[in-house]
Amino acid sequence: MDYELFSPQHSELPQGPYFGDFGGRFVPEALIGALEEIGEAFAKAIVDPEFVAELQRLHAEYTGRPSLLTEAPRFSEHAGGARIFLKREDLNHTGSHKINNVLGQALLTKRMGKTRVIAETGAGQHGVASATAAALLGLDCTIYMGAEDCARQALNVARMRLLGAEVVPVEAGTRTLKDAINETFRDWVASVETTHYLFGTVAGPHPFPFLVRELQRIIGVEARAQIQEQTGRLPDAITACVGGGSNAIGIFHAFIGDEDVRLIGCEAAGSGIASGQHAAPLNDGRVGVLHGSKSVIMQDEDGQTLPSHSISAGLDYPGVGPEHAWLQSIGRGEYRPFTDDEAMAAFRLLCRTEGIIPAIESSHALAAALQVGRELGEGAIIIANLSGRGDKDVDTAGKYFGYLDAQAEEAETAEPVGAQDPAEAADTGDTAERSRS
Amino acid sequence: MSTADVLRDCAADNRAAFIAYLPVGYPDVPGSLDAMRAVVAGGADIVEVGIPYSDPGMDGPTIQAAAVQALRGGVRTRDALTAVEAVAAAGATPVVMSYWNLIYQYGVEAFARDLANAGGTGIITADLTPDEAGDWMTASEAHGLDRIFLVAPSSSPERLAYVAAHASGFVYAASTMGVTGTRAQVGASAEKLVADTRAAGAERVCVGLGVSNRQQAAEVAAYADGVIVGSALVAALTEGGPAAVEARAAEFAEGVRDHA
Repeated sequence: MDYELFSPQHSELPQGPYFGDFGGRFVPEALIGALEEIGEAFAKAIVDPEFVAELQRLHAEYTGRPSLLTEAPRFSEHAGGARIFLKREDLNHTGSHKINNVLGQALLTKRMGKTRVIAETGAGQHGVASATAAALLGLDCTIYMGAEDCARQALNVARMRLLGAEVVPVEAGTRTLKDAINETFRDWVASVETTHYLFGTVAGPHPFPFLVRELQRIIGVEARAQIQEQTGRLPDAITACVGGGSNAIGIFHAFIGDEDVRLIGCEAAGSGIASGQHAAPLNDGRVGVLHGSKSVIMQDEDGQTLPSHSISAGLDYPGVGPEHAWLQSIGRGEYRPFTDDEAMAAFRLLCRTEGIIPAIESSHALAAALQVGRELGEGAIIIANLSGRGDKDVDTAGKYFGYLDAQAEEAETAEPVGAQDPAEAADTGDTAERSRS
Repeated sequence: MSTADVLRDCAADNRAAFIAYLPVGYPDVPGSLDAMRAVVAGGADIVEVGIPYSDPGMDGPTIQAAAVQALRGGVRTRDALTAVEAVAAAGATPVVMSYWNLIYQYGVEAFARDLANAGGTGIITADLTPDEAGDWMTASEAHGLDRIFLVAPSSSPERLAYVAAHASGFVYAASTMGVTGTRAQVGASAEKLVADTRAAGAERVCVGLGVSNRQQAAEVAAYADGVIVGSALVAALTEGGPAAVEARAAEFAEGVRDHA
């Protein structure tokens, strides 16, 4: 595939530190030097043909890029006549889009002469990807993961250890992703001379929102070419889940200039926005500073970060990348909430109609594709970013649907397979099963 | 008295200032005010009133644990202003130490106004460098407050000059690359950092991070304008309440006089 890996040098789109009123670099002075070093090293790398060629080689020969764009016709039958296409980041080596970012940053780590990477992880996808890149390139690796997430994603903890990484469960605060980020920053302040913080999403202090976006924008660059090849035109809408927002910005970025393509970010509404038990700052948050940048965050009146809630560990984060806050503020991006139940209904529908088990994170984007399809109607073309595969979520989903207990067989026969409207499914059978599990 | 005046007086006295950090709301708000009065009674010249924050990325386990308890107890940003008044009434110079989002949410101008009215003299901004401090530069000028920015061993000469040019009162030199907490040794880089920061234009430089006992305080006092102690005092408060805080504070107060 022929494409420009990185944004054009003279792009009119923001390149950080600021995206409109958002972004910046709110960190202790001790980290300023390292952030400047990363920014300078990256600026040199992306115009160095050797770096670009090495990254492209890894994309092709290691990750398996370009990832497929797969039409989902049976899934689309539930989407009001729209055609839904899936950008298959789930097929990447390690099973998610996270590998795109980590390979770039691991190469950058070596260019900077550092020998160790550290990273935070929520669901474990970024941790697994980081451990993978570290193994591939011979770097020491420490992963910080909230103790709560370690329990929810035990298989990914084992996976990281198999890959040679040290996994440190974080007991501080709410024991989830935000606390893992705090702990990684604490490590970094003390280790910055030898260590690169392999930041996993488009949040954090400059240059991370810019750098991670550049490493993820390949998703949208590929999808833009693929959809035109397959349908002869650009899509009407793109849906992608948003925790920090790296897969979303990755698929959105190449389409920002295409004004007729709607960019729809899907936040985790957990038990519902009104319940307060969610992870949807762009739907129920306000401007503030968290983890090094100014963006939109979930916080109380004083600015204390509120705990977030989502069935999906990877979206369970009270902040969001500044570029998303900017896209929302200028009306270019729409950010909609999808509850746990809506996401899980879409999760099961995709399993049963297409034979693809999606990550629960990505299932929020699938729920959005169904919703937007019904709004746009016959003939609409939608790309849903299938950011990761669901193998890691089988335990969670099995429990949610009651497939792991004695009632599994009963549950299996009690439902009309695949034909049920997923929204209704969420309201009826699934809820009952869930209460049993 | 401004921080600059305190540091000048201490220098005239041929000693360094003893700057004590305690978080408001730990173990609860009244208890934290008692602890702050106790450090003043023990000899603290300047008290940093810390505002507990849910995501204290620059703090080690001792101060993290105190913040968690304070927040569970319902401490509010405005309680810091009460603490500032208590410190001023006890006869020491109060400053606030905070992560930026708390000030940002209160309103930078509003907080500066209320802090000045409460008798506060400045803010130490843990995660705000001059690069992002536009509103704070304006508000601190308007209300005569000190902008106490940090420097670190990793700061380049350019950064040292930049921070020194934007700071007022004093510059906070982080002795080591790391988070708050007691350490067996204060970083060897601290003395050089103080010298470099002065060479970069800072009039007064105080050292914090890792100062755990009287001897370390004396070592730092030999080259810095002030010695900042936090975790060791919080630990004393946990172990023995305000009486223990006063006793520990008295040791540090002796330490900053030992070198003379």
